[in-house]
Amino acid sequence: MGNGAKKFMYVNRRAPYGTIYALEGLEVVLIGAAFDQDVSMAFVDDGVFQLKKGQDTGESNMKNFSPTYHALGDYEVTKLYVDRESLGERGLSQDDLMELTYEDEDDDYKEKPSIRIVDRKELMKLMEEQDVILNF
Amino acid sequence: MKFGILVNEGPYQHQAADTALNFTKAALQKGHEIERVFFYHDGVNNGTRLTTPPQDDRNIVKLWGELAKEHDLDLVVCVAAAQRRGIVDQDEAKRHGKNADNIADGFRISGLGQLIEMGIKSDRLMVFGD
Amino acid sequence: MLHTINKSPFEKNSLGTCLRLAKPGSDILLIEDGVYSVIKGSAMESKVREATKEHTVYALGPDLKARGIEENRLIEGVKVVGYDGFVELAADNDRVQSWL
Repeated sequence: MGNGAKKFMYVNRRAPYGTIYALEGLEVVLIGAAFDQDVSMAFVDDGVFQLKKGQDTGESNMKNFSPTYHALGDYEVTKLYVDRESLGERGLSQDDLMELTYEDEDDDYKEKPSIRIVDRKELMKLMEEQDVILNF
Repeated sequence: MKFGILVNEGPYQHQAADTALNFTKAALQKGHEIERVFFYHDGVNNGTRLTTPPQDDRNIVKLWGELAKEHDLDLVVCVAAAQRRGIVDQDEAKRHGKNADNIADGFRISGLGQLIEMGIKSDRLMVFGD
Repeated sequence: MLHTINKSPFEKNSLGTCLRLAKPGSDILLIEDGVYSVIKGSAMESKVREATKEHTVYALGPDLKARGIEENRLIEGVKVVGYDGFVELAADNDRVQSWL
């Protein structure tokens, strides 16, 4: 990452499938990865549903884009922050989320989890550190 | 100061396009620069010249075009979002074998990279959506 | 940071999430249907009153007018700005977050 890199945070507050925001938001993240910026994603409110494991759109004839989240690590998008309160409010816990990992090139390519569940204070602090916040 | 403007909803259905337009005008009036206006999601519908609102209502598509002309604004419609929703320019129409195009005056179609670039180059990025 | 909220609090809890995650001392601007949050006597009053103690809360004047909300109906402490004020708030803060 160059010195001129900006901190981009993509804030996802919407569930997948009901509307297209999650899918098209993910497309921005993937394209943005090519620009060598400091990227993170936050999942707040219904956005946490994007990471629910076991999504199967077979019978609803929509495109299942949940596998794309597994590719984020290869695009060096490795910081996915999930708001603890949003998760709990919706009856979910970490076990309900997809297991997303990345290979840490600074640590002998060890596989590490991309998802971090954070509390309100930590998320507040992370948001204050950003240069650009994109909301979907 | 340089503002980047992201418009995520089409005209009329949501107020987002009106708010974005009013904000952009006010920023220009105060002497700020507009790096670009990028249209994403249903926001691409701001860029169809086939829009025909009732005579007593505002023509948002035209207002964008006029503002762009007056201030030399870069109005960019996202190609991927536009393809899903049937917004095409002449090149896109040709490439996909369509018999018509509908991009409005003052707008151009380009990739999502233009949104990221806008975020990098602007001092502030404003998101207008639903 | 400048936070903008464009949802009626009776439709979606964007204001609630914003207030939970906004650092004390933030500027909060209610626009579009977000302006329905600042009517005196509504179910939102205590929450918004509380917010005015920690943050500076603004409502966009043209959106209040469009919806027929007179300024004397607003919760005390809420400031009204026009589009030029909106631009100033965006320029004066280091970053902007819109809670859609």
